[in-house]
Amino acid sequence: MADFEPRITAFVCNWCTYTGADLAGTSRLHMASNVRIIRLPCTGRIDHMFIVKAFERGADGVIVSGCHPADCHYTAGNYHARRRFGVFRELLSFLGIDPKRVTFSWVSASEGGKWADVVNSTVERVRTMGPFDSYHGLVGAASPADDPFASFETPAGATGDSAAAPASHTGGAS
Amino acid sequence: MSRIGVFVCHCGENIGRTVDCAAVADALREHPGVAHAEDYKYMCSDPGQQLIKKAIADDHLTGVVVCACSPHMHEKTFRRAAEQAGINPFLVEMANVREHCSWIHEDREQATAKAIDIGRTIVEKVKHNKPLETIRIPVTKRALVIGGGIAGIQAALDIADGGHDVVLIEKDASIGGHMSQLSETFPTLDCSQCILTPRMVEAYQHPRIKLHTWSEVEKVDGYIGNFTVTIRKKARSVNEDLCNGCGDCQAACPSRKIASEFDAGLGKRTAIYVPFPQAVPNIPVLDRENCTLFKGRRKGLAKDACGKCKEACLKGAIDYDRDDAFVTEEVGAIVVATGFQLYDIGRDQPEGLKGYGEYGYGEVPDVIDGMQFERLASASGPTGGAMLRPSDGTEPKTVVFVACVGSRDPEKGISYCSKICCMYTAKHTMLYKHKVHDGRTVVFYMDIRAAGKGYDEFSRRAIEEDGAEYIRGRVSRIFRDGEKVKVWGYDTLSNRQVEVEADMVVLATAVRPQPGISELAQKLSVSYDQDGFLNEAHPKLRPVETNTAGVYLAGACQAPRDIPESVAMASATAAKVLGLFSADELERDPSVAKVNERTCIGCFNCERVCPYGAIEHRDVCDVDGHVCGHVAYVNPGVCQGCGTCVAVCPSKSVELANFTDDQIYSEINALAGW
Repeated sequence: MADFEPRITAFVCNWCTYTGADLAGTSRLHMASNVRIIRLPCTGRIDHMFIVKAFERGADGVIVSGCHPADCHYTAGNYHARRRFGVFRELLSFLGIDPKRVTFSWVSASEGGKWADVVNSTVERVRTMGPFDSYHGLVGAASPADDPFASFETPAGATGDSAAAPASHTGGAS
Repeated sequence: MSRIGVFVCHCGENIGRTVDCAAVADALREHPGVAHAEDYKYMCSDPGQQLIKKAIADDHLTGVVVCACSPHMHEKTFRRAAEQAGINPFLVEMANVREHCSWIHEDREQATAKAIDIGRTIVEKVKHNKPLETIRIPVTKRALVIGGGIAGIQAALDIADGGHDVVLIEKDASIGGHMSQLSETFPTLDCSQCILTPRMVEAYQHPRIKLHTWSEVEKVDGYIGNFTVTIRKKARSVNEDLCNGCGDCQAACPSRKIASEFDAGLGKRTAIYVPFPQAVPNIPVLDRENCTLFKGRRKGLAKDACGKCKEACLKGAIDYDRDDAFVTEEVGAIVVATGFQLYDIGRDQPEGLKGYGEYGYGEVPDVIDGMQFERLASASGPTGGAMLRPSDGTEPKTVVFVACVGSRDPEKGISYCSKICCMYTAKHTMLYKHKVHDGRTVVFYMDIRAAGKGYDEFSRRAIEEDGAEYIRGRVSRIFRDGEKVKVWGYDTLSNRQVEVEADMVVLATAVRPQPGISELAQKLSVSYDQDGFLNEAHPKLRPVETNTAGVYLAGACQAPRDIPESVAMASATAAKVLGLFSADELERDPSVAKVNERTCIGCFNCERVCPYGAIEHRDVCDVDGHVCGHVAYVNPGVCQGCGTCVAVCPSKSVELANFTDDQIYSEINALAGW
C-alpha cells in the first residue's frame, strides 16, 4: 500500500473554487498532483450521480467545493448543493462508499491556501484508506464465494458458503 | 465524427519547465477523435494564434482544445481566434495545465501525466460542445436610482444629462440624504447645504428625472435591460399635485413635540411636516404614528380627534384616507444608492452586536453622536448654530471626542474601519473651536487615517492650529458626575490612565448599512457581506457593478464612503448605465438552460430552485387545441446559467448548454483510464 497513489476527482464551481485553485497556481503553492478538476458553473449544477459515477470509474476519492454560504455567484446554488449533499452523504454508506472518501468544502476565490490544504488533506486521508475497489470487485468476482450476488441467485436455505458472501462484501466496502 | 485540434502551450517556461509539452501533444494525438495536436512556445502570441487558425482550416477541425492557462485568462483570446478562422467560438475550450498543474507541481513525470489527463477530459467535453449563438436582448433605456442622497442625486443627474430618463426613488419625504444634515464638510469646510441644495433642485426640476419620495421598492422582476419595478408610494396623506408647500398645515398641527429625525432627535417637529425648510419636494408628509387623528382612529374613536391641518389647508390637499399606492416602472438598469446609517450604540442591539452601554449614550443627555453634533453646529439646526449642550443649553467648555466607537472592534461585532470618522472628528474639533474660542477639545483615537487629497493636512490643522489634544487610546467608561460628564480612558503612548471632566462627549459611531438592506438585496438578487454592505462584482476591477447584470452600486451601501467617493462612484455607475444604453440590444453569454418540452413532466422543481425567476409555464395543448398540461420554459434572457435546475430535474428534461450531463459524464469517463 506504500506506493498507492489515490485518484481524486474534484467537482468545483467556476467562480469561487476554480478561481481559488487558479490563485493557488498563481501563488505557486505546491500540492499533491492526485486531483483532477472538473469545472462546473456552480455547485448547484452537481448531480450526486456524478460522484457515484466518478467512484464507479475508478476514483478513490471525490472533492466537492464551491462558494461559501452567502457568496454564491448565482445567489443560492450552493445552498441547494449543501442540502442535496446533506441527504446524499447518508446514502453513501448504503452504496458501499465510505463517506470519508468524499470531501465537501467551501473555498472562495481568495483562498488559494485553503484549496491546497483541501487537496493535500483529502489525498492523505484517502491514501490511508487505501484504494476504492469495491465496485471493481463486483465486476471481477472470481468465485461464487466472492460474488455478493450469489446469495440472491441461490435458493433460500442453501449452503453456508453463499451466506458468508454478503458479509465479506460488507467488510471490503467499509 | 469529431475532429478536435489540441494545442499545447509552453507559456515560455511556465508550463514547459515542469510539463513535457511535446509528450502531452503526442499522447493526445493518439486520443480518439483528435485530428491534430501540436505544441508551441507561446500559443496566445500572434504566431501561436495563426497556428490554430491554419490548423482549423487545413484539418477541418470541429473543436479546439488549448492546453495552456486558466480559461479565466485567455479563453476569450482563443475563442476570438477560432471565430476568425470560421468556427463557432463556443467550440473552443481551455485545458488548464498552468495554474492547475505546472505551477503547483514539481515532479515532471507526475505533472506531465496530469496534464495529459486534463487535456483528455477537455477533449471529451469539446466533442459534445454545441455551437451557440450570442443571445441578443432589447434594452429599455430608462434607469432606476434607489436612494436620493448625494450618490443617488449625482447618478440620476449624470444619466439624465446623458440623455436618458431616470426614475429616482427616496424612502424619506425629501431627497438630500445625510449630506443635507451636515453643517460643513471636510477638508474644505464649505457649507454642506450650500453645495447640495442646488443639486437637489436640479434633480427635481430636470425634465428627464421622475421623482418618487416617501416611496420604497416593493418588487423587482426581470433582468438586465428589462426590469419591471413595483414601487410602493407610502401613504403621505397629502395630495402632491394640489400642495403648494405653504406650510399652513404645519403651523396648525397641535402635536409639536415629536423628535425630529432630521435634527437627529435634538429638535422637535410637528406630526405633519417637511423634514427641513429646503426639502425637495417641499411637500409635507403626515406621520400617522404620532398624529392625534390617527391615534384616535387606532383607538376606534367614532369621531376624528383632530383635523386642524385639513381645516388650515386652503388648497384642500390633505387627504386622511389615502392608502399606500403602487406604481410600476419599466427600466433597463438599476443604481442602488441607499447609503448608510450611524450605528445606534445604545443598549438594545441586533444579533451579533454588543453595543456600548458603558458609554452612556441614550442615558446621559450630553453624550451625543457625530450626526447630533453636526446638527448642533449647523446654522439650520435646533440651536441655530450656537454651540449649546443638550442637557441644560449651556456652552460646553470641554468637549471629548471618541473615535472608532463601534468600528475596528471585532469583540463588539464590527471589525471594519468606518473610514469617515477620523476626518469628521477633526472637523468637529475645528467647528467647535471656531465657535467657542476658549474651549478645549480632547480626542481619543486609535490611529488617524487621513488618506485623501488634503485630508492629512486637514487633520494636522485641527491639532496644530485649533489645538485639539489627541490622545491615542480607547475609552473604557463615560458617566455623569454632577454637571460634568466624566471620561475614563487610557493613553497608550505615555502608558497612563486618563480622566477628563467634560461638558459634552461626541462619539464617532460606526457607519452601518441602512436597515432593510438585506430585504432590498434579496429583491435585487445582489449579495451582501457579513456586515450587510452590498457586494461589488470585483473589488478591484468591477467596483460599481454587482454580480446581477444591470444592477450597480454607488456610495455607502457598498462600504463606508465619504462624499467625494460617493460622487465618484455615482458618476461611475452613470457611465456604466450610459454604456449599457448606448446599444439597442445587449449581448449575453448563451450558456443557458433549455427545457426539453417533450419529456418535461411539469413538476416545476426547477422553478422552485431558480434564483432568477427564469422559469416560465408553457401550455401544452392536445390535438384540438385545448390546454391539457403545463411544461417549464427557461427564459434565456433571464437565465444566468448556474445549472441548479438541471440537477433537480427528475426527468432529466433540462440541459445547460455546454455543461450537459453527457459532457460531464464524458469528462468523468475520460479519467477512467488514469
